[in-house]
Amino acid sequence: MKRLKLPPWLVLLLPAIIILSAVVLIPLVFSLYSSFTSYRLTRPDSIFNWVGLFNYEKAVTDVKFWAAFGRTVLLLAVALNLEMLLGLGLALMVSKVTSGQRLLRTMMMFPMMFSPILVGFQFKFIFNDNVGLVNNALQSLGITDQAIPWLVDGNLAMFSIIFAEVWTATSVFGILILAGLYAIPRDPLEAAKVDGCTSLQSFRYVTLPFLMPFIYIAMAIRSLDVARAYDIVQIMTNGGPARRTELLWTLIGRTGYVDARMGYANAMGYISIFLAIFFTVYFFKKLTQSRRELGMGA
Amino acid sequence: MANVTLRNVVKKYGVLEVVHSINLEIADSEFVVLVGPSGCGKSTTLRMVAGLEAISGGEVQIGGRVVNDLPPRERNISMVFQNYALYPHMTVRENLGFSLKVAKQAQPVIDDAVDKAAEILSLTPLLDRKPGALSGGQRQRVAMGRAIVRHPEVFLFDEPLSNLDAKLRTQMRVEIKKLHQKLKSTIIYVTHDQVEAMTLADRIVIMRDGHIEQVGTPLEVFENPLNTFVATFIGSPPMNLLDAVVKDGKLAFSDGTLIAIPPGYSLAEGQPVTFGVRADNIMPVGHALPHGEHMAEVEMEVNLTEPLGTETLLFSVLAGKEVQAKMFNPRPVQTGERMTFQIMLDKCHLFDAETGAALKR
Ligand SMILES: Nc1ncnc2c1ncn2[C@@H]1O[C@H](COP(=O)(O)OP(=O)(O)O)[C@@H](O)[C@H]1O
Ligand SMILES: [Mg+2]
Repeated sequence: MKRLKLPPWLVLLLPAIIILSAVVLIPLVFSLYSSFTSYRLTRPDSIFNWVGLFNYEKAVTDVKFWAAFGRTVLLLAVALNLEMLLGLGLALMVSKVTSGQRLLRTMMMFPMMFSPILVGFQFKFIFNDNVGLVNNALQSLGITDQAIPWLVDGNLAMFSIIFAEVWTATSVFGILILAGLYAIPRDPLEAAKVDGCTSLQSFRYVTLPFLMPFIYIAMAIRSLDVARAYDIVQIMTNGGPARRTELLWTLIGRTGYVDARMGYANAMGYISIFLAIFFTVYFFKKLTQSRRELGMGA
Repeated sequence: MANVTLRNVVKKYGVLEVVHSINLEIADSEFVVLVGPSGCGKSTTLRMVAGLEAISGGEVQIGGRVVNDLPPRERNISMVFQNYALYPHMTVRENLGFSLKVAKQAQPVIDDAVDKAAEILSLTPLLDRKPGALSGGQRQRVAMGRAIVRHPEVFLFDEPLSNLDAKLRTQMRVEIKKLHQKLKSTIIYVTHDQVEAMTLADRIVIMRDGHIEQVGTPLEVFENPLNTFVATFIGSPPMNLLDAVVKDGKLAFSDGTLIAIPPGYSLAEGQPVTFGVRADNIMPVGHALPHGEHMAEVEMEVNLTEPLGTETLLFSVLAGKEVQAKMFNPRPVQTGERMTFQIMLDKCHLFDAETGAALKR
């Protein structure tokens, strides 16, 4: 009996190939394929209904899609910058603390320890216009006598979502920037003092350039996170009111699972992924560049 | 230009006192070198002058002004660090001009000063490189350039050459000396290398364990060390030290060898002393330099030789202690060879056996 003889490298790679195909390749190919069909979850046989680029054409001409796209970019821009500034401030303060720093560092991580779903529920309660903490506090302090519709007004709802997002993720920046602060060599900072820098000048000309790689790492991680933001928004506003907090992935999720139009949802998903890829590549470029400026790495 | 005064300066880290009430007067445009073994408090002292380290007690004055509570930028000093401490993200040009930039000088003024400094230190072709693309010696020159651009009243150097190889170190030493002659500014220079100290200093300050042991010109501390520590620390090879007692108007070593008491000392019978002689002043007969009238002779066995070219170092043992001697116009020497050595007594030193302090002639 002649046994089939595979080359050894293939045998060795086979487990990896099988696992990768099952986990990554097949879903990827399937979803890509389905984005060219009119696939509806409620009618499984529609998977064979090839419609060519129809879904893509529909997405790029859909105002709702672009509104969600723009809102996601806005959330990215505002949340990331706010988190960076707050995280930087937090890290600078913690780094100056002389005792109990370990405890503070652990406490900084607390917001990251909760599931985004729970954070969503928490802030949904906090910003509730009737029983919410914020309105109660504002009213007891006499700052306002009306119930502010935090999650009902479109702009306020976006603000509330950004607030929740910043609350959960500022510590990502805080921790990474703190690591950056610990890694700064002492010598250039002392040289800057002798060279006549005020503390503000030392920070701007020496500390900050050393922190930039760490800031860009945090930005890259967080841009992926925010670009796929779904859970907090889904819980807090469900994309409402009247789609005014609709983000890319809440829109895609609704289209795919509520409206059951999976082919169309997958097409939008593929366009959206470019957003995440764009930001990640952008921040990695900046990271490499800032490292090169410091004479680190290639 | 300015003088610098340290008055009872103390440094404590918590309860640990590492600099003990130091007093030092440094004249305007003087080149003073703080030298001592690692950990003796040289850097700490220098950093207190720079304002990088809080002063725990006493007073530091620069140009007659007490600077204890002034930040570094108000002390009008510049400092060159051991690890260069360049700004890695700035070009050489930006590194050099940085102090002027933060002082909000006009760009043409900065360019002018940078060009001048670059010229003095031959950095002109390197101006647009980043520190990462420079060799150690070049980085060191940039660090020095950064210090001189500002025309400070006082320059502080903390072991600036210790990361360079031996040849480069000698070159840079000469450059620093030239720089001082050109700029005529006050310099405080820290090193653990006594050769560097001897060659650079107008005055040497020898430190040990947070105390100043002796202050003087290089020749003074070489010729008249105040104690055995200075005697062995300054000069290479270190001064040979032998225990002796006064016996019948002579010095007796523990093995019974007797030599005459060096001229000018008056000692009591039975007094224990430490006898010190440099290798330059103990030479094999026939290979000695012209010498004074007071001589002693000892016989020793040579057990190691170190040929240095113009002279050879001979290692022997006398009264249980290693003794290094110099052979001028050397001939080849076999180890184990017994030779008669002449000791030039005029150049010898006696120290108190207990305290190590030099005895008065
Ligand atoms: N931050 C510090 N905390 C505690 N001890 C220190 C500190 N810095 C230096 N020392 C101690 O002070 C002494 C003098 O140090 P230093 O001035 O750096 O010596 P050196 O003469 O080698 O420059 C050393 O014993 C060192 O261990
Ligand atoms: Mg030191």
